[in-house]
Amino acid sequence: MSKVAIIGGGIIGVATAYELAKLGEEVILFEKNYFGSGSTFRCATGIRAQFTDEANIRLMKYAVERWEKLEEELGFDINFRQTGYLFLATSEEEIEAFKNNIRLQNKFGVPTRLIDMDEAKEIVPILNTEPFLAGAWNPKDGKANPFKTLFAYLFRAKELGVDAREHTEVVGFEHEGDVITAVKFRSNGKVESVKVDAVLNAANAWAPLINEMAGLKRDLVPITAYKHQLVKTEPLERGQAEPLVCPPSWDDAYIIQDGEDGGIICGAGIEHRAKSLDDYEPTYDFLRGVLRYATMIAPPLRYAHIVRQWAGFYAKTPDKNPAIGKLLDNFYIAAGFSGHGFMMAPAVAQAMAELIAKGRSKVPLDWEWYDPYRFGRGELRSSAFQIG
Amino acid sequence: MSGKVIICRCNDVTVEEIEALIDEGVTDIEEIKRLLRIGMGPCQGRTCIPLVMAILARKTGKKPDEIPLPRARVPIRPVRVEVLVGGDDE
Ligand SMILES: Cc1cc2nc3c(=O)[nH]c(=O)nc-3n(C[C@H](O)[C@H](O)[C@H](O)COP(=O)(O)OP(=O)(O)OC[C@H]3O[C@@H](n4cnc5c(N)ncnc54)[C@H](O)[C@@H]3O)c2cc1C
Ligand code: FES
Repeated sequence: MSKVAIIGGGIIGVATAYELAKLGEEVILFEKNYFGSGSTFRCATGIRAQFTDEANIRLMKYAVERWEKLEEELGFDINFRQTGYLFLATSEEEIEAFKNNIRLQNKFGVPTRLIDMDEAKEIVPILNTEPFLAGAWNPKDGKANPFKTLFAYLFRAKELGVDAREHTEVVGFEHEGDVITAVKFRSNGKVESVKVDAVLNAANAWAPLINEMAGLKRDLVPITAYKHQLVKTEPLERGQAEPLVCPPSWDDAYIIQDGEDGGIICGAGIEHRAKSLDDYEPTYDFLRGVLRYATMIAPPLRYAHIVRQWAGFYAKTPDKNPAIGKLLDNFYIAAGFSGHGFMMAPAVAQAMAELIAKGRSKVPLDWEWYDPYRFGRGELRSSAFQIG
Repeated sequence: MSGKVIICRCNDVTVEEIEALIDEGVTDIEEIKRLLRIGMGPCQGRTCIPLVMAILARKTGKKPDEIPLPRARVPIRPVRVEVLVGGDDE
């Protein structure tokens, strides 16, 4: 048994803590704020296998299979529901692109199909069919409650002995050569240290700062924090927009009905580079912009009330694919998830835990694709299909 | 006390649910808020958040002013979408 420190109490850090504990490792988990306070508690709840490249499709196919059994495994209601994702095309070229993606997804067992607007309207009663020509529909995509999912993992992790510390910030490491021997952390104003055998950097938007503490160049894994925002309406009757609905050519605007309270969550790719790593201020231009798109997708939304707007970070690498793997002998990273960290967590956490504990994993995760050193080599992947 | 005591009227959350969560070790108001959807209703927590702070203070032995308030979200009062996107001809 070895002692693993995890830095970052978002969904990736917490789920990996659970998976490592399941494998019998001793885990200490650090979160500088409260659990979920980073990107995780700001997410739009969406889970999909509709990607446009093999690596992300295969990873998400596996992740969805884990999601399907997660509630039972964790013994906690996380409200995972397969309400689908519906992408909408506005041009003939886009239909062609959809067809190519669907072929690739089908090849790996993801059952997406092209549908006409009559079928789309049945699936989403408030949809404005007029601007759209066809849809890419995967009924197995879905959504889950991010708050409950994080706590489901956290409660089970603690039962398995994980030492989970919130309001505890990692401030540095002790090294022997390239090997990290201890983690220094601040809690209640006091700095202490703990001896460890391995460290996982799961700090997402903050990950470059942790890499620097480990003696690496801050930009070895370049991750930039973009502000991504959401706006939510008052609850509407269930079933109005259950799938995530997105015309990619409209700034990736999307709507999805919250699985808990029925409010419609509206997002769009109207992004601002965050001024700092605590710049969570929502903006008025986003509010107006996103609602213009949302009411074009679903005109009845004009008559709903907005009850809240919030901002979080899309922690983005240059190719929008995360950095997952080993950086030094006993220092690992899983960070830079842009808009996909929540949906990927069950698969990435298992893969990472198996890598740390056993040196290899049975999860179909293409390690080369997500190699954290690819940026240093100037070797970008094709851009991951990101919405919002 | 008998029967259910509702703390958050917008989202129907009872004092028992809040206390059970605190007993499980969830003592950060931001976390309690999200797990029970307290303060996420149309009133934005004006009714329930002060009550939750009081329960938290009582159960954890902290002073109410040691408990940070959750972040307030815009808009402070619900606004109709129409007002924000303008007329049909825009
Ligand atoms: C508006 C919005 C909508 C989104 N929608 C979706 C969606 O529909 N589906 C989806 O899959 N994804 C979505 N995402 C993305 C998703 O939320 C993230 O990719 C995911 O939550 C990342 O999880 P994480 O654990 O890597 O990072 P985070 O949740 O950001 O966790 C990192 C944690 O590290 C902590 N930390 C940083 N530095 C230190 C330190 N020195 N010591 C201790 N702790 C530290 C931070 O406080 C933070 O809590 C969305 C994101 C946003 C902002
Ligand atoms: S009473 Fe709790 S949000 Fe209104």
